[in-house]
Amino acid sequence: MSWDQFFDYSDYGHLLALVANSVVACAILGIVGGLIGVFVVQRDMAFAVHGISELSFAGAAAALLIGVDVLLGSILGSVLAAAIIGLLGARARDRNSIVGVLMPFGLGLGILFLALYQGRSANKFGLLTGQIVSVGGDQLWSLAGVSAVVFIALLVVWRPLTFDSLDPEAAAARGVPGRRLSLVFMLLLGLMVAVAVQIIGALLVLALLVTPAAAASRVTHSATLMPILSMAFGLVSALGGILIAIGSTLPVSPFITTISFVIWLVCRDVGRTRDIRRFRRAAEARTLESA
Amino acid sequence: MTEPVLELQDAALRVRGRTLFAGLDLTVGPGELIAILGPNGAGKTSLFRAILGLERLATGRASVLGEPVHRGDRRIGYVPQQRVWGRGTPMLGRDLVTLGRTGDRWGLPIASREDREAVARAIWAVRAESLAARPIGDLSGGEQQRLRIAQAIVDEPGLLLLDEPLSSLDLAHQAEIVALADRERERGAAVMFIAHDINPVLDRVDRVLYLAQGRHRLGTPDEVLTTASLSELYGTRVDVLRFPDPATGLDRVFVAGAGNGHEHHLEQHADEVERLERSE
Repeated sequence: MSWDQFFDYSDYGHLLALVANSVVACAILGIVGGLIGVFVVQRDMAFAVHGISELSFAGAAAALLIGVDVLLGSILGSVLAAAIIGLLGARARDRNSIVGVLMPFGLGLGILFLALYQGRSANKFGLLTGQIVSVGGDQLWSLAGVSAVVFIALLVVWRPLTFDSLDPEAAAARGVPGRRLSLVFMLLLGLMVAVAVQIIGALLVLALLVTPAAAASRVTHSATLMPILSMAFGLVSALGGILIAIGSTLPVSPFITTISFVIWLVCRDVGRTRDIRRFRRAAEARTLESA
Repeated sequence: MTEPVLELQDAALRVRGRTLFAGLDLTVGPGELIAILGPNGAGKTSLFRAILGLERLATGRASVLGEPVHRGDRRIGYVPQQRVWGRGTPMLGRDLVTLGRTGDRWGLPIASREDREAVARAIWAVRAESLAARPIGDLSGGEQQRLRIAQAIVDEPGLLLLDEPLSSLDLAHQAEIVALADRERERGAAVMFIAHDINPVLDRVDRVLYLAQGRHRLGTPDEVLTTASLSELYGTRVDVLRFPDPATGLDRVFVAGAGNGHEHHLEQHADEVERLERSE
């Protein structure tokens, strides 16, 4: 095995033009995934995201089998899962067990549909581990459209959703409709998961819907700065991943997941160093005060 | 005569078939400070939820500043029972207060100058300027509680509801919170607060509402907190002990179940269990 076997950047410009659609799709997913991730982290729903993505996979596999649009199948699967989790799992403990029940069922269904499918086998693995390099023009429009809906809806519900996530009792007293809001959020999450499944695959959705926000939360606690950083991290991971992958024979997913993981590692270290410094300063201030 | 801040007429509240209170008549005027006492499950928090329009009265009427109670009334400030935000919560002190001002609004999360000024005023009112830019999860329970009060008073409410604002605070922080409530009352707000221990506010409260066993007693501390009155309320002998505090000359009051002095302690234990269950 040698480096050249996997990477060849000699004709990069030409390749880039060929996969321009995929590059744009990655950028969109990075940004909107980073934004919705802020709420996934706030509401402690990383596991739910994973569960939704497995049912999204089942929906996509079913669509592949019966020959309809894969994105549509994927959306149906994930919205169904999101609705079930949202309706039955208002409390965190209930939610986790419901996700735990749904997830293997979704994955099993998906495997069944793929086993029955007679078409190209690349499509099969693509749903689980990513198939970005083949985004066509029409598909790009649907991905962009769904992402835009999610993005705009998140901005509209931003403050009530934040209030409900962080301080639910006070929010209810202020008239924030917590239950309806959390269902709306589940719906948006379902849509975004379906988009992400098309690009990095059902198994790796968390790398763009959770990791960037988790990284941002390590370096800032500001409600304003966190979503901005999270979107930036998502964009860098997704875009960086595909730009490296273009010159490679390897799939795009490992590049995206590795970049987002490294960003998280760096953020974690930065956050820790700063915490330690802050505690030391606070301790010194206390010593001075008591002296 | 000034308009009452809160008016309850013949109010009754039932939760899952159990009567928490019935026939409750209560009129609270501006600047009044009322303590609500009683064992766990007596309906203290549910009373607040009814005033906030989150719980429907079984019978009777409730109105706030001349309007029937309704959800999302901005003229009521509410500090729910304390929950502590852990380290890493993505929120600064200022963000928490801002939620009280703009958290119920749809649309782009951009705060107007007016909103920012109201937030700054509320933070100033609770003397929390130095906490505004710090992560909420790094603050102590007392510091978080001050910011929660800032959140509740950001719209200068006519009625302030505090649910156990002193629990799990040390004495110095308790005194701070009591002083804040007192300042709101001087501003003209009516303040109602649920307490486990009446002593930190005994010298400031106007009236006490004691809920127990589906019944209630309402009156001044001297009327309500007596052995005769509480024994009748509980339907069993309850001793109310009063000791003058040598430092201040003011009375300190203790309520003890007959034959054992642990009732207060047990209540607090039950409270602890309940809080743990709720936090899960």
